[in-house]
Amino acid sequence: MIRLEQISKVFNQGRPNEFRAIHGLSLGIAADRVTLFTGPSGSGKTTLLSLVGCLARPTSGRIYLKGRMISALPERFLTDIRRSTFGFVFQRFNLIKGLSLIENVMLPAYPLGLPFPELRERAAGLLHGLGLGSKLENRVEWLSGGEAQRAAICRALINDPAILIADEPTANLDSALTREFLAIVEGLRGQGKGVIITSHDPLIAESAVMEAVIRMRDGRRVERMAMED
Amino acid sequence: MVIGGSIRERVARPSNRAMAWFLGLGALLSVSLAHALWFGLDGADPGHGVELVRELGLSDLALFTEARYTRHLSLADSHAAFQDHPLALDHFPTASLAAPPEHLRNPHVAGD
Amino acid sequence: MLQAIERQRYFIDYSLSSLARRRGKNLGLLTVYSLIVFLLASVMLFTQSLRQEAAAILKEAPEILVQRIAAGRQDLIPAAYLERMGSLRGVSEKRGRLWGYHFDPAIKANYTLMTADQHQLPPDGILIGAGIARARGLGAGDFLSLRGNDGKPAAFRVEGILPAETELISSDLILMAEPSLRAFFGIPDGLYTDLILKVSNPREVRKVAEKLTLLLPDTRPILREEILRTYDAIFNWREGVVFVLLMGALLAFVIFAWDKASGLSAEERQEIGILKAIGWETGDVIRMKFWEGGLISLSAFLLGYLLAYLHVFFADGFLFEPVLKGWATLYPAFRPRPVVDGLQLATLFFFSVFPYTLATLVPVWRAAITDPDSVMR
Ligand SMILES: Nc1ncnc2c1ncn2[C@@H]1O[C@H](COP(=O)(O)OP(=O)(O)O)[C@@H](O)[C@H]1O
Ligand SMILES: [Mg+2]
Repeated sequence: MIRLEQISKVFNQGRPNEFRAIHGLSLGIAADRVTLFTGPSGSGKTTLLSLVGCLARPTSGRIYLKGRMISALPERFLTDIRRSTFGFVFQRFNLIKGLSLIENVMLPAYPLGLPFPELRERAAGLLHGLGLGSKLENRVEWLSGGEAQRAAICRALINDPAILIADEPTANLDSALTREFLAIVEGLRGQGKGVIITSHDPLIAESAVMEAVIRMRDGRRVERMAMED
Repeated sequence: MVIGGSIRERVARPSNRAMAWFLGLGALLSVSLAHALWFGLDGADPGHGVELVRELGLSDLALFTEARYTRHLSLADSHAAFQDHPLALDHFPTASLAAPPEHLRNPHVAGD
Repeated sequence: MLQAIERQRYFIDYSLSSLARRRGKNLGLLTVYSLIVFLLASVMLFTQSLRQEAAAILKEAPEILVQRIAAGRQDLIPAAYLERMGSLRGVSEKRGRLWGYHFDPAIKANYTLMTADQHQLPPDGILIGAGIARARGLGAGDFLSLRGNDGKPAAFRVEGILPAETELISSDLILMAEPSLRAFFGIPDGLYTDLILKVSNPREVRKVAEKLTLLLPDTRPILREEILRTYDAIFNWREGVVFVLLMGALLAFVIFAWDKASGLSAEERQEIGILKAIGWETGDVIRMKFWEGGLISLSAFLLGYLLAYLHVFFADGFLFEPVLKGWATLYPAFRPRPVVDGLQLATLFFFSVFPYTLATLVPVWRAAITDPDSVMR
């Protein structure tokens, strides 16, 4: 369970271009559900996602993860939590160019110092699972959009996180690939993982896979729709 | 499916190649050190050179034969022309800029 | 423990993979870097070896040399000075040296002519250094004709050639019997070029020299320690010249390396952000970059040093020949004997590896402490 209490995020605080992206937001996210942040562009979805995923710290307010307050932890611990709890799929995938597919997938586990054969096996297993088994040694620049996204998902899952975080995952995909993505999400849900997605794609918002939807506008929450509980 | 563990892939791992590279260079470095110890000045006998020096009472190396005052450096005095190296603030700054005159370099050509 | 090693190996994996992306540029950098280390190490090894060689050979030089100074210049010294000295305490042997220079216009070379009584040479017989033999194409039994001080050519028969391994001191020597040399230079009996004194106890050398200046006020004693110091210093000096020549290249490289190492491209910045976002700590990023700088500079150090070792001790330091030779025609062919000075090696290591590695770390530090959420944009 992730709990946000009175979260605000102010960019460029104290400067003339100060901007308040999140206004005193409070909400709870079930750690084993599929949650969607939706809303128009600029409404603060990505900002909220980076706060939830410990990529950034809120300007004020508190964030609790399984009852533990994490918003004030020093960077070291935050990195640790981020690594073990969250896997990220960025909007632009952010695969590292020049490295092979499998190297990219193994990357988040490098600081853990696992035995090499074990880590490689795990990465290869994930890639095989998402149909990229024949491209392990390919450079990532040569992947198509859908392949790059699946590679990014594999990379996000390499440390076996409890929650997958994906920012606008289907922004560049056609409907077929979008449905494929939703199938992957469903599969993860079946493995007991939680997924947090931002999107303003109706195909996603209308999907039955989404269990909770959080609507945003101008850094505020608009309404809450729970589909199952 | 032994994807991660094959010998070929382990060898291809960059850090393994780097290790082989540095082990190789390190081995060569050790060889050079051993070579220096074995054939170096400390180990080797000083050779006939020392005998000749003792016999003739030599005081200098025959390394710089271009001029008299460089052939026997240890015998040169402070008035010998010795101020023409690039770093010297010579009495005559020209000495560090200009090449020696032709009649000094080719004595038999000059003099007419 | 094993885990810690494995961790570092992963960082090495990453830095190598990322170096391989700009393979051409990085290989170029490594080449130039190695070349610089090569030049510095060559100078270092070469001069160190020469310095040691000089010290080893010249430790048998006479303890004291006495020159006569007349009107501010060195002049021939009368043999009578040997008697005027009397018997000085501690002096085990004293004798005159007879030698001089001869310029050979045929090959524009300076020879050093010297007497060698031990060899019992016939009046027209000479021993020559290997350098002269090479330059004039002479062998035993050949004749060498030199123009004497009376203007007439004098022909000498080459009795033998001085051993090649003594070339560093004998390359330009011509040894002959004393009467022949006196006749050739026109030096009357009873005059020498200078005097040499052997003093067995090193502690008495200075005292003897002091007494000499009192007894023979028109002479100048030169001590062996001064000779040794001269050679120590002269090689420093030559080293200095080479370093001056290298300075330009060195500066260019420093600027290039600094730019390469410290300027972080937008792409690299982005990459650091990604690494942090996917779970690397700032320290991990810095460790990875440390390896990147360290692997390059360590490779350059080892490559450059090993090449320099080959160059100096197996190829006779041929690149330095022009520098050391100057305008000389005679240059001793000698193979420097290997000397490795641990402190020098450590200094070279320090100055070739650390600055570059640090230069790679500085900007990474700045980039790595920023928040990782920038990659979400
Ligand atoms: N680093 C930043 N500095 C200044 N403004 C920012 C920064 N990041 C986001 N913003 C602003 O915050 C608002 C919310 O952005 P974002 O969370 O990316 O919205 P969304 O993902 O819903 O499109 C936007 O108006 C954006 O311009
Ligand atoms: Mg966004």
